[in-house]
Amino acid sequence: MPDLPTLSAAPASVDPWQPAFVEIVAIHDETPGVRTFDLAAPHGYTFEPGQFNMLYVPGYGEAAISISSHPKSPQVISHTIRRAGNVTGALFRCQPGDRIGLRGPFGSSWPVGRYRGANVVIAAGGIGLAPLRPAIYQLAAHREDYGRVAVVYGSRHPKDLLYRETFDQWRRADIEVLVTVDFADDHWTGPIGVVPTLLEQLPWMGPHTTLWTCGPEIMMRFTAQQALRQGITPDHLYLSLERNMNCAVGLCGHCQFGPSFVCKDGPVYAYRQIAPFLFVHDF
Amino acid sequence: MASPRIGSWIKIPKERLQQLIDTLASDGYRVVGPRIRDGAIILDDLTDIRQLPAGVVDEQDGGHYRLREDPTAGWFDFVVGPQSLKPFVLPPREPLLQLQRTSETWQTETPEIDDRPVAVLGLRGCDLHALSIMDRVFLEGPYVDPRYEKRRASLFLIGVHCRRAAPTCFCHSLKTGPALPAGFDLGLSELEEHFLLEVGSRRGAAVAARLQGEEPASGEITRARMATRALEQRMHDRPLHGDRRTAGRWLETDHLRDRLLGNLEHPRWSEVAERCLACANCTMVCPTCFCTTVEEVSDLSGDSVTRMRRWESCFTWEHSYTTAGPVHPTTQSRYRQWLTHKLASWHDQFGTSGCVGCGRCITWCPVGIDLTEEVAALGNEVPHA
Repeated sequence: MPDLPTLSAAPASVDPWQPAFVEIVAIHDETPGVRTFDLAAPHGYTFEPGQFNMLYVPGYGEAAISISSHPKSPQVISHTIRRAGNVTGALFRCQPGDRIGLRGPFGSSWPVGRYRGANVVIAAGGIGLAPLRPAIYQLAAHREDYGRVAVVYGSRHPKDLLYRETFDQWRRADIEVLVTVDFADDHWTGPIGVVPTLLEQLPWMGPHTTLWTCGPEIMMRFTAQQALRQGITPDHLYLSLERNMNCAVGLCGHCQFGPSFVCKDGPVYAYRQIAPFLFVHDF
Repeated sequence: MASPRIGSWIKIPKERLQQLIDTLASDGYRVVGPRIRDGAIILDDLTDIRQLPAGVVDEQDGGHYRLREDPTAGWFDFVVGPQSLKPFVLPPREPLLQLQRTSETWQTETPEIDDRPVAVLGLRGCDLHALSIMDRVFLEGPYVDPRYEKRRASLFLIGVHCRRAAPTCFCHSLKTGPALPAGFDLGLSELEEHFLLEVGSRRGAAVAARLQGEEPASGEITRARMATRALEQRMHDRPLHGDRRTAGRWLETDHLRDRLLGNLEHPRWSEVAERCLACANCTMVCPTCFCTTVEEVSDLSGDSVTRMRRWESCFTWEHSYTTAGPVHPTTQSRYRQWLTHKLASWHDQFGTSGCVGCGRCITWCPVGIDLTEEVAALGNEVPHA
């Protein structure tokens, strides 16, 4: 895809299959079935918000996990992981001090620098907040460079809301934080419903707003449609897609999405680039 | 004899192919070429020209492959068997990494590549085109696969200009045959008692110099070229006399990318899915299908692990697996992924079609699904986005 930045070009002499083994420095419980793993970064490691790493447990395999920590804290790289399969199950049995393999970072990133002066809406569903958190950290750190900034976040249940303890920090940084759940519990006093509905509470959304979304694909489709209705243009709407990223370097063929490879052309796409294929069933 | 120039031709008696094999072997090459095994022509170790299937031709059609003797056939008048160059540059299984647990961490080691150079005899235009397409995938992107790179660099390629097409061949419509493209080290053309060898590279010249060839007589190069050109003309004229048996099939390539990507909801996809077994044969025999997956192979203790790369197919459930379930859960979605990738999105990704018109996917499909027919059924309309 010609107009996508390829951020991960590596010298040809590097074996793309070679992982670095890094120490797990801390493991934090987040929500039921979700933990954040802090890894000691390899020397000289840097990444952009929205990029991912391949994490490797020998004997179990690799999993593509997006990076959820502050891009300006490169000594520790965090990955917020839901226990879902064989590899993440093995990761959940690891302890601080264990070493796991890491390849990365890979893929495209949120266009944080490109939208100085604009309004920014972050729309996340479930664990989709994790790959957006590095972008939120950057927006908060350079808050004066942007217009209005909002985080619109939804999860299934209140207990599944990630990073709840940081919402107030974001609010103090003049970021509107709107949160909704599909199913309330006895303590929930916020809105019930889906993220696209909550976007209606941001009347300032329009042509000078960029929206970045990550979550279940169906949530992103409806979010995109709602954002377009509220005046955001297809060039300023960005989505992060999930596909089966197996090699992360465009050689294994698994993560194709129409004309592109999600591992190297994505995972972050402008809506305009993928609009013809986003609504095709089972594509 | 001084080394012949690139682009020059020499003439050798047919039996002297033995000397070509011996020369390459003495230079350290493993020489492979067409041989009959289990009723099919495959590429296997070649030490003696009597192992070549001379006088044999292949009958091929959708889901059909048979060999038969033909007294009029030359040494290379069969076309392509199930195998291409793919296994020689991308082995069906190979270790990528070996790991050993230590008290603190893991030691990694990159397994040695068996890089004994390989010389392959009898490659067709479609096969050489397929190799250049694989080069784009593994060598010309942002990442280079070091194992592919090493194997590819040591290949010695001996092509053959085709004189006969099988009913499944459609190289002409993709301009990948029946003549050889550039890229061979030596290119063979068959005459009655002789082969003409065209020198395609410096390495080819160095080998050709040792074959005691003579200069072709006046008109012999033209005669050799005419045999392939006559075949090309028959394939070109196929719509006129409509004979698949001698002129192969046809794939209409006009606006092909847009016809496919503009017809993703066409009812034909569900129709072909009723016939497709999702067996993955087409992807295994395809000379450009490059999908692989990596498996963990460990000993019982779990302290010694090998990361093993093996061929994978977009027709499997695992290929599109995500934690939310497979992206392509149905045969319909998988066939559509395969065909649109091969003929359409390949252009976006690698600047070329992923199809070379070799027809293997038609022959080796157990139910005889024919991609040229499937594409035709989608129609010639380019829908407006």
